[in-house]
Amino acid sequence: MLIKKPDDIKSSEITDQKLYLTRRNFMRGAALAATTAATGFVYRRFAVPAPPAVKGEKIEGVQTAGQAQSFPPPPGEARTAYEEITNYNNFYEFSTGKSEVAGKARGFVTRPWTVGVEGLVQKPRVFDLDDLLKIAPLEERVYRMRCVERWSMVIPWVGFPLAKLLEQVEPLGQAKYVAFQTLLDPKRMPNQRSDVLEWPYVEGLRLDEAMHPLTILASGLYGETLPPQNGAPLRLVVPWKYGFKGIKSIVKITLTDALPPTTWNIAAPDEYGFYSNVNPKVHHPRWSQAKERRIGEFGLRDTLPFNGYGEQVAQLYAGMDLRVNF
Amino acid sequence: MFAPDIKFTRFVLFINGLVPATLLAWDAYQRKLGANPIEFATRATGVLALVFLFVTLAVTPLRKLTGANWLVKLRRQVGLFAFFYGCLHLLTYVWFDKFFGVREIVEDVWARPFITIGMASFLLLVPLAATSTNGMVKRLGGKRWAKLHKLTYVAATGGVIHFYMGVKADTTIPLLFAVVLAALLGYRWVRSRMDATPKSATLGIETPPR
Repeated sequence: MLIKKPDDIKSSEITDQKLYLTRRNFMRGAALAATTAATGFVYRRFAVPAPPAVKGEKIEGVQTAGQAQSFPPPPGEARTAYEEITNYNNFYEFSTGKSEVAGKARGFVTRPWTVGVEGLVQKPRVFDLDDLLKIAPLEERVYRMRCVERWSMVIPWVGFPLAKLLEQVEPLGQAKYVAFQTLLDPKRMPNQRSDVLEWPYVEGLRLDEAMHPLTILASGLYGETLPPQNGAPLRLVVPWKYGFKGIKSIVKITLTDALPPTTWNIAAPDEYGFYSNVNPKVHHPRWSQAKERRIGEFGLRDTLPFNGYGEQVAQLYAGMDLRVNF
Repeated sequence: MFAPDIKFTRFVLFINGLVPATLLAWDAYQRKLGANPIEFATRATGVLALVFLFVTLAVTPLRKLTGANWLVKLRRQVGLFAFFYGCLHLLTYVWFDKFFGVREIVEDVWARPFITIGMASFLLLVPLAATSTNGMVKRLGGKRWAKLHKLTYVAATGGVIHFYMGVKADTTIPLLFAVVLAALLGYRWVRSRMDATPKSATLGIETPPR
């Protein structure tokens, strides 16, 4: 039987089946491609690749580790790459994302800069940074740096002993502690507008810790001026303590007779003590401190007591219960 | 009512679910995960597990609000992706953080609530993944199956608490997750209250099944 085609659709207007299927396939392919691209875009939006770091300026006349024989670099431990030291930073004044600090801190102005040294001292003084950096010859010190978050690096700092600065102001007999303070300027340190921590960032050391020859004020790394994300223009480095004790962008140093408040201790007193000496036997409530991941390495390393500087500093804590005084 | 070709939509969903894992693997291969790639992978897979879990929890509200009932046919796959990323998250911890040291893992789970809660939340997903096949749904019976799968609420809550406990000071993102979770679970609570009230108000006249 012959079925007459309806008159209103001309046969020329009926989509060819083959064409219909290709069109359908095309639409499906487009839908697949579009959603995949969108998902990829959203993922990329949140998983930001790190921007390349800005280089510092070369510092002239730095005494290298070879010249300063008293503080040899950790034997057999390679220096962490510059790109990693400068792209993985805890500096909450700029960002709480470690790989985002470098980008946010770009262009941070560090001149003019002054550092006030005051409190229980004979000769309080406000130093211009460039004068302060001439107090003692700048040395390269290759130190391990152990973060409380279980990662570590080996960093060639450029700096000079804090003791040299303190000698200039002549601490009084009553002085027992040294308090440090970071710049407070939300215009230049935008994340100070948030309340993730109490601002300004403050840290402290016992006077004998501050006077210890291993304790330095650093103004550079890898022979160049410190990039902002690493604490420019001047930061503290105390290699046997967790990294957060190394306060950055210092503007004030005060000698006191009372134990100074410290930022992370204020934020979580049960997790971060005043001393915060690296100790593989005293654990963070949320993770073990027995091991650490050296940045750039795949496996874990055993964490060393006092970060491997026990021979030089353990006597500072003789007779103290380090579980209580963590 | 719009009802897409479910088979094809599932395929699209499957490919999309693999996109983050693929990009993560690609970035790892290119060494573009930053200075601490393992920390990055751990965090990314953990967040992804939560995101997929949240999507499964969004299905019911979306269905009821839009009437797009076909969405429920996609839920199992999303849930399995949550489990998949949860497995990867656990694997990064067990492998790259503990190097399969059973004693250390047990100690961690025992002594640190942060780990205990994370591990418990993951373990809650295991029976859900195991009972995701059609055969298992039949064997359990729809009602019991649905009851068992309410464990998703507990797992998601545990996951968010674990996320919150994992950060040092900046709790913005975990709190954002908590707000979304509260909305997803709050919707169900309000809905169940609304379903319960008319019963007494209408003097024993049963509410029609929804």
